[in-house]
Amino acid sequence: MDDTALDDGALDDGALDGNAIGGLLIEVFGTEMTTAVATCGSCGAASQVAELVVYMPGLGTVVRCRSCDAMLMTFVQIRGVVCVDLEGLASLG
Amino acid sequence: MAGTAVRGRLNTWLTATVGAVTEETARARTLRLEVPGWAGHRAGQHVDVRLTAEDGYQAERAYSIASAPGEPLAITVELVDDGEVSPWLTREARPGDLMEVRGPIGGYFVWEPGLGAPLLLAAGGSGVVPLRSMLRERSRAGSTVPVRLLYSSRSLDDVIYRAELDAAPAGVEVIHALTRSQPPGWTGYARRVDKRMLAEVAWPAAPGDGASKPLAYVCGPTSFVETVAAALVDLGYPPVRVRTERFGASGR
Repeated sequence: MDDTALDDGALDDGALDGNAIGGLLIEVFGTEMTTAVATCGSCGAASQVAELVVYMPGLGTVVRCRSCDAMLMTFVQIRGVVCVDLEGLASLG
Repeated sequence: MAGTAVRGRLNTWLTATVGAVTEETARARTLRLEVPGWAGHRAGQHVDVRLTAEDGYQAERAYSIASAPGEPLAITVELVDDGEVSPWLTREARPGDLMEVRGPIGGYFVWEPGLGAPLLLAAGGSGVVPLRSMLRERSRAGSTVPVRLLYSSRSLDDVIYRAELDAAPAGVEVIHALTRSQPPGWTGYARRVDKRMLAEVAWPAAPGDGASKPLAYVCGPTSFVETVAAALVDLGYPPVRVRTERFGASGR
């Protein structure tokens, strides 16, 4: 295994965590949400939003459960409008 | 739960003026930001920075706040070679330049003196930035909480806040790991952070109730954070006592 590649994080799959979407969530919900508890609609795992797995490849934002990898939330921003899909969540609060 | 479409009705972006600029390393600098209407922040929080090109193209990135609450707002930014925002912040921005910021953001990766417990801070690269805010807040608040900072950098020249960390106050131990190159005579760690290193450096996760357990803050590239957090849990840290913030593959 090449140590340089590891140093550069080349083995990462680009995953961030819920801290990274704090600003986006303030825009959507009007309040700080990273300490809100999200409950997965698939496996029932409950965790703070900051601990969820987040992918931000550019076109949109995908939030997944750290326990079962189910998709919990998606956000797509188009011309100042944020489209929000929370179908994967059992609850958020 | 359902979904919706939200128009960006909340005017959450504020105009920031670049103030004093401090070169920290060849690739990282600290920028003071003057933001009228700034609400103040907590140690460990970040801001989103938005730049708008002449053709209207916008790019935003999140940057950790480097200063303590009560100090003037400052961020430290490390250059990402193919980045959209960091090249301007680290190479072009001059005092008086304007940009937009949104924040402060975050309530999870936040430290306050009242939390007590020995603190373990683990940083990979520019992951040291929010931890530096915590260290400055500890001093500013007169806290005597014992702290160990384990800080992984590629080389000594890549260590951000080096002089400040060399002069760390009583009760704060700074342990460096240099992963790529080490100066002649280096006696410190010369490899990436691993479980064996954490077993030597981290406060023992003594049995007892939650509040007396050490509290860990881990910040850096995703692979660094995953490695450190998993090792700390293996060493007996309750997962709820390990707070994490991931910068992604190449840093902010």
